[in-house]
Amino acid sequence: MALSEKYKELIGAAQAAQVTNLNVAETDGVLHVSGNAPTGAVKDQLWDIYNKIDPNFLAGDLVLDITSANAAEGCKVKVVTESSNLNIRKGPGTDQPIVGKAAHGEIITLINKSNEQWWLVKTNDGEEGYCYSQYLSAD
Amino acid sequence: MKNSVKLFLAMLAVTFYVSACKPKDETIQKNVSEAIKAVQGVTAEVKEGVVTLSGTVAIADAKTSAETAAKAVEGVKSVTNNITVEASPATAAPATVVTNNPVVNAADEVLSKSVKDAIKDFPSVKAAVKDGVVSLTGELAVTKWKLLKMSLDALKPKKVDASGLTVK
Repeated sequence: MALSEKYKELIGAAQAAQVTNLNVAETDGVLHVSGNAPTGAVKDQLWDIYNKIDPNFLAGDLVLDITSANAAEGCKVKVVTESSNLNIRKGPGTDQPIVGKAAHGEIITLINKSNEQWWLVKTNDGEEGYCYSQYLSAD
Repeated sequence: MKNSVKLFLAMLAVTFYVSACKPKDETIQKNVSEAIKAVQGVTAEVKEGVVTLSGTVAIADAKTSAETAAKAVEGVKSVTNNITVEASPATAAPATVVTNNPVVNAADEVLSKSVKDAIKDFPSVKAAVKDGVVSLTGELAVTKWKLLKMSLDALKPKKVDASGLTVK
């Protein structure tokens, strides 16, 4: 079956949840779905559907690139690491020196999203630097 | 008693009987309103057993359901259906547009660096990047693999190949 058919439920849910800039394209056996979700909860919901269709994401036929839009610059974000502290780095990369740490569960301020993966943040203690966005949540 | 009087009395009795059996407009109104309750935006007026439906609904099916429901109520002689079908602004909102533009994948050099950042927290996993394909080997717990897959997909790879990965 065509991949867009296999992942029909996912694409339908993305539309129903008002994901913007929704793009669906298939190349070389891989379906690429990208867009901006209005909230982190919508992003999670789409990943749950992905898991339902392809348990543990092992088929390798979907790249799901959904950003959750509501982390606006100047807003607060929460550190959502599993349990450990989150490193704050001088620059956007794991090769960059660590200049501070944000605790698990701490609420810090988003200064700007310099790129999708690395966001410039500031803690209440005044530590400023880049954190890996995967571990930051705006919801 | 004379036959004509008997007949008259009989007819009178029948008339009373029939009119007593026939539900009153008030009852019909109550029952019709109950019956069409499920169809939002519709009201009913009953006069001498004739139901007039009014209101606005978003889809034609709703107009028909209301009529069917009203007709089924005891005592209803006929239904005049004045319901209008008009999509309200909310329902007429276009479904999110889905575009089908070709995807631009990250170049290997950029991708390798970002993949390295992504797997840094998962020491049990190794990744190789070639021609946009990220190949993973090693092993990883299910919940951690989900986080990693989410990070990798955001890097615009051509493909994430987890065939060499054992997910526990």
